[in-house]
Amino acid sequence: MNKIRMRRNVVLLAGLFLAGIAQADEERFVVTNDRWKAECGSCHLAYPPQLLPASSWSMLFAGLGDHFGSDATLDPATATQLLAYAKSNAARPTDTKPPLRVTETRWFRHEHDEVGAATWTNPKVGSAANCAACHQGAERGDFDEDLIRIPR
Amino acid sequence: MAIRISRLAVLGMLMAVAAPVAIAGGADLLPALELQARQAAPAFAGFSAQRGQAFFDSTHGQQWSCSSCHTRNPLQAGRHAATGKTIAALAPAANAERLSDPAKVDKWFRRNCKDVLKRECTAAEKGDVIRYLVSLK
Repeated sequence: MNKIRMRRNVVLLAGLFLAGIAQADEERFVVTNDRWKAECGSCHLAYPPQLLPASSWSMLFAGLGDHFGSDATLDPATATQLLAYAKSNAARPTDTKPPLRVTETRWFRHEHDEVGAATWTNPKVGSAANCAACHQGAERGDFDEDLIRIPR
Repeated sequence: MAIRISRLAVLGMLMAVAAPVAIAGGADLLPALELQARQAAPAFAGFSAQRGQAFFDSTHGQQWSCSSCHTRNPLQAGRHAATGKTIAALAPAANAERLSDPAKVDKWFRRNCKDVLKRECTAAEKGDVIRYLVSLK
């Protein structure tokens, strides 16, 4: 009797544990800040601040005058406000050099290790920064696998 | 009766204020630029859509032109030359939001002129480009 109850508890605990993992793995980051969406979403997807650690955001904001080859300067008040938003929603700090590109993170590389070279160079994709080329729900922050359509 | 008249008067005033902005679709930005252009060069003889188009499609000896991202037909959607992201059409006839917010226009001329020309654009150049974009139907 006791054994059965114990087994039940183990099953229940395992279920809770798996549910926790499923939730953490939902791949959904919702950008709630309209200013962020407007200012950061013109040239590329408004990357959710959860994708980079705070130190990365600080470095990016300090270098907006030459943002990967483009002038992405903001007025000082907007920059201060958006950096605060980024830092308060940032990823955990890394023990390595802070990445400047989302595509440099270990997490990104792991998630995309099955994507072949031909996909990255496909003109319909253009660049690894073009999340929405494959992730149909990217604009809404939904990176669920079921919504991936890789262009041919 | 007096109330109705004053209501009409208010409505009339609102329409008078709102109408030119709605119709202009970017052309309302030109008088201020014309003033600046005249200050810079007293011989300034007005903006030109044709000159604006040539400016828009030129790489100015650098890597990019305005049309690299906005295409040579700004009535259609463009694509960011580096990231591949779709950029909504730039001509107000195709996209009523365009050229409707002076602060936004300033911001993008400041940034994109640096990207294309490695310097800020002059008032004369901005006026020509706006005249060109407004002329597209």
